Amino acid sequence: MTGWQFLSLAIWVPIVGGLVTLATGPDRNAPLARLIALVTACAGLLVTIPLYTGFDTTTASMQFVERYQWVSRFSIEYYLGVDGISMPFVILNSFITLIVVVAGWQVIDRKVAQYNAAFLIMSGLLNGIFSSLDGVLFYVFFEASLIPLYLIIGIWGGPNRVYAAIKFFLYTLVGSLLMLVAILWLFMESGGSFDILSWHNLKIGMAAQSLIFFAFLASFAVKVPMWPVHTWLPDAHVEAPTGGSVVLAAIALKLGAYGFLRFSLPIVPDAAQHYASLILTLSLIAVVYIGFVALAQSDMKKLVAYSSISHMGFVTLGFFMFNAVAIEGALVQMISHGFVSGAMFLCIGVLYDRVHSRQIADYGGVVNTMPKFAAFFLLFAMANAGLPATSGFVGEFLVVLGAVQYNFWIAFVAATTLILGAAYTLWMYKRVVFGEVANENVKSLSDLNAREFAFLAVLAICVLAMGIYPLPVTEVMHASVNGLLQHIAVSKL
Amino acid sequence: MSEMEKLYLIVPLAPLVGAIFAGLFGKLIGRTASHVVTILGVAVAFVASVVVFQDVQAGNSYNGSIYTWATAGDLRLELGFLIDKLTVMMMLVVTFVSLMVHIYTIGYMHADPGYQRFFSYISLFTFSMLMLVMSNNFVQLFFGWEAVGLVSYLLIGFWYTKSTAIYANLKAFLVNRVGDFGFLLGIGLIAAHTGSLDYATVFSKLPELSVKTISLFGDSAWPLLTVVCICLFVGAMGKSAQVPLHVWLPDSMEGPTPISALIHAATMVTAGIFMVTRMSPLFEVSETARAFVLVIGATTALFMGFLGIIQNDIKRVVAYSTLSQLGYMTVALGVSAYSAAVFHLMTHAFFKALLFLAAGSVIIGMHHEQDIRRMGGLWKRMPITWITSLIGSLALIGFPFMAGFFSKDSIIEAVAASHTLGAKYAYACVLIGVFVTAFYSFRMYFLVFHGRERFHAAHAEAHDDHGHGAHGGEVPHESPWVVWLPLVLLAVPSVVIGYLAIGPMLFGDWFGASIVVHEGNNALAHLEAHFTSAFGMAIHGFMTLPFALAMAGVATAAYFYLVKPEIPARIATAFGPVYRLLENKYYFDRFNEIVFAAGSRALGKVFWKAGDQAVIDGLLVNGTAKIIGGFAQIIRYFQTGHLYQYAFTIIIGVVVLLAFWGSRG
Repeated sequence: MTGWQFLSLAIWVPIVGGLVTLATGPDRNAPLARLIALVTACAGLLVTIPLYTGFDTTTASMQFVERYQWVSRFSIEYYLGVDGISMPFVILNSFITLIVVVAGWQVIDRKVAQYNAAFLIMSGLLNGIFSSLDGVLFYVFFEASLIPLYLIIGIWGGPNRVYAAIKFFLYTLVGSLLMLVAILWLFMESGGSFDILSWHNLKIGMAAQSLIFFAFLASFAVKVPMWPVHTWLPDAHVEAPTGGSVVLAAIALKLGAYGFLRFSLPIVPDAAQHYASLILTLSLIAVVYIGFVALAQSDMKKLVAYSSISHMGFVTLGFFMFNAVAIEGALVQMISHGFVSGAMFLCIGVLYDRVHSRQIADYGGVVNTMPKFAAFFLLFAMANAGLPATSGFVGEFLVVLGAVQYNFWIAFVAATTLILGAAYTLWMYKRVVFGEVANENVKSLSDLNAREFAFLAVLAICVLAMGIYPLPVTEVMHASVNGLLQHIAVSKL
Repeated sequence: MSEMEKLYLIVPLAPLVGAIFAGLFGKLIGRTASHVVTILGVAVAFVASVVVFQDVQAGNSYNGSIYTWATAGDLRLELGFLIDKLTVMMMLVVTFVSLMVHIYTIGYMHADPGYQRFFSYISLFTFSMLMLVMSNNFVQLFFGWEAVGLVSYLLIGFWYTKSTAIYANLKAFLVNRVGDFGFLLGIGLIAAHTGSLDYATVFSKLPELSVKTISLFGDSAWPLLTVVCICLFVGAMGKSAQVPLHVWLPDSMEGPTPISALIHAATMVTAGIFMVTRMSPLFEVSETARAFVLVIGATTALFMGFLGIIQNDIKRVVAYSTLSQLGYMTVALGVSAYSAAVFHLMTHAFFKALLFLAAGSVIIGMHHEQDIRRMGGLWKRMPITWITSLIGSLALIGFPFMAGFFSKDSIIEAVAASHTLGAKYAYACVLIGVFVTAFYSFRMYFLVFHGRERFHAAHAEAHDDHGHGAHGGEVPHESPWVVWLPLVLLAVPSVVIGYLAIGPMLFGDWFGASIVVHEGNNALAHLEAHFTSAFGMAIHGFMTLPFALAMAGVATAAYFYLVKPEIPARIATAFGPVYRLLENKYYFDRFNEIVFAAGSRALGKVFWKAGDQAVIDGLLVNGTAKIIGGFAQIIRYFQTGHLYQYAFTIIIGVVVLLAFWGSRG
């Protein structure tokens, strides 16, 4: 299979397919638009499979590398490659895109071509972020990916979408600009190179390291999002259509976390270690504080949004303890969160499509009329609460194991998620699903149709498979994580 | 894979297959096929367990992995089986009781619309419990641990429209999670300090672990294993319902009776006891941890027993009795009498499952009436249930020759001989507990089976809240054979198992290397010196203090509830404050409700409204937006669109700059 440039395919197949979908134009061609979108999404997923099957788990170096001059005057390159840290996310992203296309099949009946095109193009851009090894290329993809997301929220979103969009804009603007400054500084410092890997080997003084660290932090912390720059996320989720929420939670949040591993830790390792306690503190606040906030929510989407922040707190926690168990746990948590939060938002979407409410109080006794749905929802709720044999457990378990190695009390605080996560998830589940039929809306609910059953079943299989046998996922990460840890163990001062 | 390895796999997988069939295709294959396939699965597991038992009896054991679950850093996490005497005993108990409960369920749940779902759940439970007991590592142990918790959650909330049931199942899950929180930290400490989660590897590193310390508060050095064992035991406190994490078990009675017998009496709740026994090499190192275990266990044994006295719901009486008996097992763990603990675990599994299923039979016979004050004189209406209940009750109070006698007496003797910190307190608790146990058991027994028939009067008013129309208005009657047959089959071991097993299990070193007891801690050694035969022990049992206390309990119950039924009410009035304390279950529920449940919700609201909305959004985000907006307002004054103003501004600017550079030069 050599010779095939799978990373380029993973980026451009969805983008080109998206453009073709867009070309079908008005809604009278909706069936055609859907068909093209589905074929594109399938093709987009297929071209990423060789990234896994052809992956060499023994090396920490970049694989599937493609490198061409782009703007030679500034030595900007079209430079792609993945390692064990980024490769799983390319596949996850392409997979989630397929799910989103299927999930929006009948639900979206307005501007169908544009809707599908937005998701497909975003999918390509996101793959670009995960596989870019050139700073400018990364930045272009990173910023460009926001445009489809804005459009998705802005056009297919809820009534308060303008506020959500502005809030999101304010947050990301500051961060992105600082990151751009850092990238340009690194370009100058490295003697005119945008090669991210070459930045990994730059000697940088502590003062500069600190500045770069905070510049990147400003951008990544907003994306993750970390406490206290998280408040855009619940609003964005609430206003976004189901598909938008799924991509936002499953993929977009991972960009910030991924950025820490690709930029912050390897480029400024001394600053990363110096400010680790700050990040750990913010992460623990995210886990506990946000856990309590989630408990107080009356809107299902907000609740799951807060739960996402809390789970992502586990990810940043795992990264900044600098041991392999915790980092791999955090990576597993990221992938699992992609499945689980995606599935949770899809479940809420299933209810929203029928009742047009996200308020917990508008439900009750859903199991009486939607038993199949209740079974799936329970599985995903349990995964969200980190039950063993679901993917949600693996990451949390490994991060806690890593945390005990690092400091018992950090583990102690982190492990409260076991109680809090179960409390807010299952309390919501109880109020929505169990009980007597609460009202006429619930009484007239129809259970899952074949299409809904299909995408929830596929996600259920992923969640269970990864919980029962996570080895295939953890295996591909070892070499890269070990490489990273060896790299940051050496001071760059 | 050898023949035996295949067999080990069949034991948990057969019930899993049954569960999947009945769960996913229950509607398709129908009720009969659902119960056939699940019962077949459990029966296969039971037979396979018997074969494994014979193999283990022949001196074989096994410790091997099935597959590598995950690797992370230097950690290699494998799932696998450890098959030794301790495991095989648990396998037999779990599969046998589960089989009985499966059969019983055909009768008990026959009119329930969730029939297939119920069979699927109890088979899934059997699978989970088997994975737990057969594990050779902490990952799988934790998997089984949480999986049984999940099934327990599903089954307590089986009648999901009942508001008390869905309150109880959430409570059970969350309280268990508090225990799991400690358990997970314990596992984490083990992984951090041994680099492995495989039992054998961990135990092999005991010499270095025993001398390790960790600093928790400032520079104070804590013995590592003390911290590990206490953390692990917190997990056991959740699952085995020890004070103060016991609060979920009485409420779990909201679930159907068969699962109360299987999960909340015979098997799942004993997982904590099993786990500590499995970890005996670790617990033996830490006297502090054992003292902690002992005091918690003794407190549970006595104070939960007191609560059994004032309950009027037939299932709740049995539930508090379970709490108290779990306390006895925990006490045994605390005095290093691990074999006595699992011995009591086994006898208790039989007689308590029997008592619960008998209670269920009474409930069916009484047309879903559970208040013992509305029963009475049932002995002639339900003869099989009556006799088997009597057997169960005698076993529970430790009547000589019955199963419970041997196990409970051994525990009491072991406590008497122990020097662990807190042993004196524990001895007092378990002794008084004997009287209390006998009193509440026979209070229930007399109220249900003897005395005046009180159901005629009660029926008219009580009947309409229980939608069990089929039997309306009839007198109580014996249950169908699928219900009474399991009672009879459980009554047999409730009588004989203690007599048969005490010799090898307690004094014959039957457990061998499965259980480690250090020489100095061996509280059973004293008992062993006096033990000649099971027969001798039982005969001697008639002359001991516990026997006298038990008989006093029975006599008091008979006097209070058969001879002078007006006395209890008078006592309740005379000791008002005490009665109210018991009636409110020592206010544990109220406290949790106010402090933890309402407190967390309030805290969440504060964080959300004050932290997220007021400070972060209000002040920082929208504040920034306002500042930028305000700045833009000012800028607007300058962007007038008049060319002469721009020109004027540029000139002023140039002048200022020139002046600036000029002053520097």
